[in-house]
Amino acid sequence: MNHRIRMRHGHSAYWAFWLHRLSGLGLAVFLPIHFYVLALAIEEAARLDKFLDWTQNPLVKLAETALILLLVAHMTGGIRLLVLEFLPWSEDQKTRIILAVAVAVAAAMLFLLNVF
Amino acid sequence: MEHRLDIWLWLLQRGTAVILAIFVLIHFVTIVMTMGNGVSAEGIVARVAGNELFVAFYGLFAFAAALHGAIGLRNILREVTRAGRAADLFSLVFCAALVWLGLRAAFGLYGLAA
Amino acid sequence: MSLNSAIMKNSNDIDLGQLTVLVWRGGETGAFETFKVPRQEKQTVLDVVTYIQRNIDPTLTYRFSCRVGVCGSCAMTVNGRGRWTCRSNISDIAPEDELELAPLRNLPVVKDLMVDMEVFFDKMAAAGGAFEPADPTLADFADVKPDSRERHAVEAAIECIGCGICYSACDVVAANPDYLGPAALNRAWSLCNDERDGHGLQILRMVANDAGCLACHSHQSCQEQCPKHLSPTKSIAGLKRAAALAALKGKL
Repeated sequence: MNHRIRMRHGHSAYWAFWLHRLSGLGLAVFLPIHFYVLALAIEEAARLDKFLDWTQNPLVKLAETALILLLVAHMTGGIRLLVLEFLPWSEDQKTRIILAVAVAVAAAMLFLLNVF
Repeated sequence: MEHRLDIWLWLLQRGTAVILAIFVLIHFVTIVMTMGNGVSAEGIVARVAGNELFVAFYGLFAFAAALHGAIGLRNILREVTRAGRAADLFSLVFCAALVWLGLRAAFGLYGLAA
Repeated sequence: MSLNSAIMKNSNDIDLGQLTVLVWRGGETGAFETFKVPRQEKQTVLDVVTYIQRNIDPTLTYRFSCRVGVCGSCAMTVNGRGRWTCRSNISDIAPEDELELAPLRNLPVVKDLMVDMEVFFDKMAAAGGAFEPADPTLADFADVKPDSRERHAVEAAIECIGCGICYSACDVVAANPDYLGPAALNRAWSLCNDERDGHGLQILRMVANDAGCLACHSHQSCQEQCPKHLSPTKSIAGLKRAAALAALKGKL
């Protein structure tokens, strides 16, 4: 068997990294779709002389909600990193992470309330 | 890629992050303010069509997002694979694609003003 | 019973049971071997490893030196986390009487629990870790103000003893073999803040790249596992700031 040391990581900064990376990847996949669907709808409107209401499509709503969740998670995680790297260090790291997550969920909920 | 480029890509990543954070906030607030009861197609068109300020905003937004995403993907690819050149190429293509898609959407909306 | 096990029996003669110890045997390839070690009242992981080597299998290879937590030689992976075996109490580490011992991660395995530290120390030098006096002609002691901002900045960085646990903990090192690593960069930062050292700008040029401070993702695994509670992540953040400023001023 090949030698492979497994690290047991449980600290919050470690999960914050993974959330940031995975949400970033998710956005890299979602954003082009977001732009593409928007452009499609516009071209259709120009052709048919009317704007099909894509925004009411439940699938679109779901996708947009997912986009919001991904974006807020990635952004709050990113702001945490900017603070970490550019501002004087504080030992209150864990509190900041939790706050970042809380803001993410709150903002997503807010959007959902407006949409649904 | 040579070492001198590394710090500039890193700075660009952080710089576009700040720009995007501000733009996302503006984008959020605009949507919530102009579409109180729900997002609608008419609302989007009414906001952007024929409006120079908004098309400029969304154009820059798309550009910043494309750069930020491309650099991020490049970092991931360089860590996960050993193919440095392929990572550079892929990120360039991604950047170009996102800029094109974003500007196409923004200018398309702008041009809907009849 | 042998003399050794007679000596190591606890004073009350109570049987505390046995530890099940999985130990990596071999080099880069190999397997975990299981040993049974009698549990003692006050027992460290180093005691356990020593017991195995002296009483069960003399071919087991491992490192230790001072055995009091000042040299860092005994660093290895204990239950999935970098530790100094001499300062790791079994009662804290293995409440269920199970131990898994493996060598440090990210370094070539020489044999069993021993790794080749050469790359680790090479990277210390590659990050500009060798002191270079600002004024080689200076005959007297440098007058360093203890309250200066720079002296405080270097405070946490100078306690490193080069044990390699942070290097082992780091996921970026695991992903990128060229990455200089937390210890080397921590050392680089301490020199950047050492007013007696004169090659700070050169250090920044050496570390401001994708194999240096820019590659750190702030996992903080280094900080989490450092037995001296240092924070290479914080030092690396300092390097990032200094490098960014230098680049924007056109000095890099």
